[in-house]
Amino acid sequence: MATLEIKDLHVSVVSEDAPKEILKGVDLTIKAGETHAIMGPNGSGKSTLSYAIAGHPKYTITSGTVTLDGEDVLEMSVDERARAGLFLAMQYPVEVPGVSMSNFLRTAATAVRGEAPNLRHWVKEVKGAMADLDIDPAFAERSVNEGFSGGEKKRHEILQLGLLQPKIAILDETDSGLDVDALRVVSEGVNRYKASGEVGVMLITHYTRILKYIQPDFVHVFANGRIVESGGRELADVLESEGYVKYTGKTEAAAIS
Amino acid sequence: MAALSTKPHSHGAVVPVTSRAEHFTSYDVNAFEVPGGREEIWRFTPLKRLAGLHSGAAATGTAAVEVSAASGVTVETVGRDDSRLGTAGVPGDRVAAQAYSSFENATIVTLPGDVKSEPTTVTVTGAGVDAVAYGHIQVKASQFAEGTVILDFRGSGAYADNVEFLVADGAHLTVITIHDWADDAVHVSQHHVKLGRDATIKHTVVTLGGNVVRVTPVVQYAGRGGDAELFGLYFADAGQHQEHRPFIDHAQAKCRSNVVYKGALQGEGAHAVWIGDVLIRVAAEGTETFELNRNLILTDGARADSVPNLEIETGEIEGAGHASATGRFDDEQLFYLQARGIPEDQARRLVVRGFFQELIAKIAVPEVRERLEAAIEAELEAVGT
Repeated sequence: MATLEIKDLHVSVVSEDAPKEILKGVDLTIKAGETHAIMGPNGSGKSTLSYAIAGHPKYTITSGTVTLDGEDVLEMSVDERARAGLFLAMQYPVEVPGVSMSNFLRTAATAVRGEAPNLRHWVKEVKGAMADLDIDPAFAERSVNEGFSGGEKKRHEILQLGLLQPKIAILDETDSGLDVDALRVVSEGVNRYKASGEVGVMLITHYTRILKYIQPDFVHVFANGRIVESGGRELADVLESEGYVKYTGKTEAAAIS
Repeated sequence: MAALSTKPHSHGAVVPVTSRAEHFTSYDVNAFEVPGGREEIWRFTPLKRLAGLHSGAAATGTAAVEVSAASGVTVETVGRDDSRLGTAGVPGDRVAAQAYSSFENATIVTLPGDVKSEPTTVTVTGAGVDAVAYGHIQVKASQFAEGTVILDFRGSGAYADNVEFLVADGAHLTVITIHDWADDAVHVSQHHVKLGRDATIKHTVVTLGGNVVRVTPVVQYAGRGGDAELFGLYFADAGQHQEHRPFIDHAQAKCRSNVVYKGALQGEGAHAVWIGDVLIRVAAEGTETFELNRNLILTDGARADSVPNLEIETGEIEGAGHASATGRFDDEQLFYLQARGIPEDQARRLVVRGFFQELIAKIAVPEVRERLEAAIEAELEAVGT
């Protein structure tokens, strides 16, 4: 049973002049089998939380701990974290010109699984996973994310989620910019992955609409760099009708009205 | 790749101080002054490391030229008085003129007309450490010929030469020049491309080894419908100077050119220079041209100079553009790949390989492609050691 434990996490980003504190003491525990929705207004630090856990060099951990099954995540390099079982589906997946998707996927799978997957099984596995996400097989020979639409990029993030089989998946605004069909396809992908084993999901979102497809066990409201309220599914309904105004003093809708 | 500066233009925004049309050319070395280093065409070149190629060094040896010719391709070794020599272009700087004034024998490779030939390889081996040699090669693709010539430069010493590519009407010539010199070697080379009506050339320069390598490919069109694609791929290590100065001279209507040079640099004192000149003369209506240079700087201490020059003397063109970008290694790409479990050194290699992939994919000769992939791999092994 995998457990990601975040304790009193403080994170700064180095801006032009002085470091700016963005996360101001985050406490959160995600266990395998649980889905936690992190909801909050723009600029509240949700994405910073995901990047800090993944180890993006732009962010500095000033205090606090992050452990995966008791192991110190913050001591690990970015790739070690991924191999330990953490996965971040990014809001803005990066284009890597000249590196084909198929080469990238196979290289990543080899690294995460510790051995090169059997070629025949692998080709079949990738084809099946792509078909499940309505991805045209031609994408396998295209450069990683290069020239992909927003929806295509997100489908490929979920494709990687399914192939790399992490213990804990962090989905950073995977729903943003998706049309209805793409949202459904991507959500089904996440649900398939959840059903495939004992995995924990941190679902970061601004809007409630993805929660109609992916059922959260817990909902946390994120504002001003920390979790300010936690509850069950019903908290999302409250956010849907009332927005984040209660937490920010500003009117910002959690649902698209 | 995050670029520190990217300057795409749809028109000529960088106009050189003196027009490329006025550049002096001559077969006679004495018609050129000995460069001092401040001249526009020499200002990036470390003259002190040229072993006197620019200041009258006499030949002390001979570079060996071996040709592995495909069936139907003729190879001749001729004296300096052969009237066919020098017809593709006139030397444009003192070193090229010195080479033209100094070589003893020239090699002429002729591809037969109207047929497709297998690749021919010309291997030039330098005269040896501390030796100076001059050479001359002419490659002729006869009318409607189709074929590939690989020029493979290796060994030690200082070497200057002119390489002519005469591409007759309707011929399609593919050229791959590989500078895989030993660490001490100095090579200053001018390529003269002359394209007949509806002739095409795909001209790739690969520069890997050598202390100083300076290559000036010049393309001229003798008729309409000519098409020149110039590709360059270079990898500069510590202390290496690699300079590429393509010049496309559009003087005929309805011709095309496309220039793409990409280089990676690593190590203290690694220096790459790219000067891309395109001149569209008044007569060159309907010209379509684009030139691009990208440099990927892998470590501190490396330096890339990149200057695209575009001169347009007629408004009646299809299109003209240029772009130049020099960037450091993109940390976002590295993060993305690492976030999928790929270790850092492997991720770096993927990105650099990807950077060159576009050009390597265009090389139609599998052995050359594999050799380049292996060479890039070997260069990357050296990173961080």
